[in-house]
Amino acid sequence: MNGVAMHIANGIVNAQVSAVFAAIAAAALAICVWRGRADLDDRLAPMAGLVAAFIFAVQMLNFQVLPGVSGHLLGGTLAVVLVGPWVGALCVSTVLIIQCLLFADGGLTALGLNITNMAVIGTAAGYLLVAGLLRLLPKTPRGVAVTAFVASIVSVVVASQAFVIEYALGGTTELSLGTIAASMAGAHVLIGIGEGLIAAVTVATVARVRPDLVYALRRFRTTRPAVATQKTVGAQA
Amino acid sequence: MGAGHAHPLHLDHDSRVHRLPAEVKIVATLLFTIVVVVTPREKFLAFAGYLVLLVGVLVLAKVPPLWLAKRATIELPFVLLAIALPFAGHGERTEWLGMSLSIDGLHGAWNILAKGTLGVLASLLLAATTTARDLLLGLDRLRCPQVFTQIATFMLRYLDILADDARRMRVARLSRGYDPRFLWQVKAFAVGVGALFIRSYERGERVYLAMVARGYNGRLPRPEGPGATTFDWARSAALPLAAAAIALVAVLA
Repeated sequence: MNGVAMHIANGIVNAQVSAVFAAIAAAALAICVWRGRADLDDRLAPMAGLVAAFIFAVQMLNFQVLPGVSGHLLGGTLAVVLVGPWVGALCVSTVLIIQCLLFADGGLTALGLNITNMAVIGTAAGYLLVAGLLRLLPKTPRGVAVTAFVASIVSVVVASQAFVIEYALGGTTELSLGTIAASMAGAHVLIGIGEGLIAAVTVATVARVRPDLVYALRRFRTTRPAVATQKTVGAQA
Repeated sequence: MGAGHAHPLHLDHDSRVHRLPAEVKIVATLLFTIVVVVTPREKFLAFAGYLVLLVGVLVLAKVPPLWLAKRATIELPFVLLAIALPFAGHGERTEWLGMSLSIDGLHGAWNILAKGTLGVLASLLLAATTTARDLLLGLDRLRCPQVFTQIATFMLRYLDILADDARRMRVARLSRGYDPRFLWQVKAFAVGVGALFIRSYERGERVYLAMVARGYNGRLPRPEGPGATTFDWARSAALPLAAAAIALVAVLA
């Protein structure tokens, strides 16, 4: 059933609620495009593409949680740490749009729901945690890895609960919501741990070898002028 | 990498549907799917009509039915959910073969099966007849924000780089006599993932800088040609219009 939560198909949530969430997703993405454009400099543009490709590859890893119940990684937190919240949300939604159009994964009319859950809510939850935890933890590869691990678990579970809310609003069949919420949360804690490990390992390696590529570290260091000049260049490009 | 960016669901041959510009196909697929989803679930005949329309597209696009059916198995998790619904649903129940089934659940199962399957088939037909490059060009022509097409372009390039690098690293590991496959060897896998990321990034960064040096400004040059003509739009509008007509007849009748 978690396949549903990740990439909702057509006909699972009714048309009205889908339309509302499509509008929400469009509005959120418009903000991300506006804020993300300034971020997308010469270093971040290829990084955003790689993060998207990585998320794409990672989403193909399906975890068999229970018989008939599988879910896959989301990658929102990884994106937040490496490319920041705005471009991160754009990366995840690009992956979802391409999966929907080229791989028939997730319904076209459910795209708004999927983007809201995974690209907007999942990424936002990951971002808030990363921003908060990095204030407490040392800004070392190990600290970033722990941050990515914890934030991944929370963001995946939050994203899965967003599906429960959508189902409560516009599910086409009445099911007991408590059961859905509990089974989704349980399964996604496990998925979150898997995702957290992959995100932590990747982020730790990048932070050790190329700390200049880790958005979360750059933001909290005092290298603002260098970033700022690159930003103007990126905005013109 | 430059090989036209074929993707696994693309069916490489020529047909009338293949030749349509991507933007009209995207819009037609989207509108068709919306019509399918808003159709009330108890109008069974309408869904049969939609299926006939899709079979028409399939014939025009010269897509082998078996090829399509095989790829449609991506939908299986939803089928499992659909089968569970009649048992888990609430409300009025009915007896069938000695099993107590929820009527609401049965309707829900049909709803997911019908709308989900039609949606997957429509998307698969779009994917089968459109290359990744054409799709991005179509999205660009539909005024999709440039940030998206830029990220998507790089994503599709990097996917090939990632796959290539992963294969190379695997060969290197195997040729050194190491094949981690147990839980206590997970460190090797973990180190591999991180190294893969850095290696791919550095290769991709070089490609990106080479592109910038050659005048790349965030958008790939559009090929010559005006894009979709009115005739193209009219031809592709046949699918959603026919679907809308079926829906209208079903609701009014």
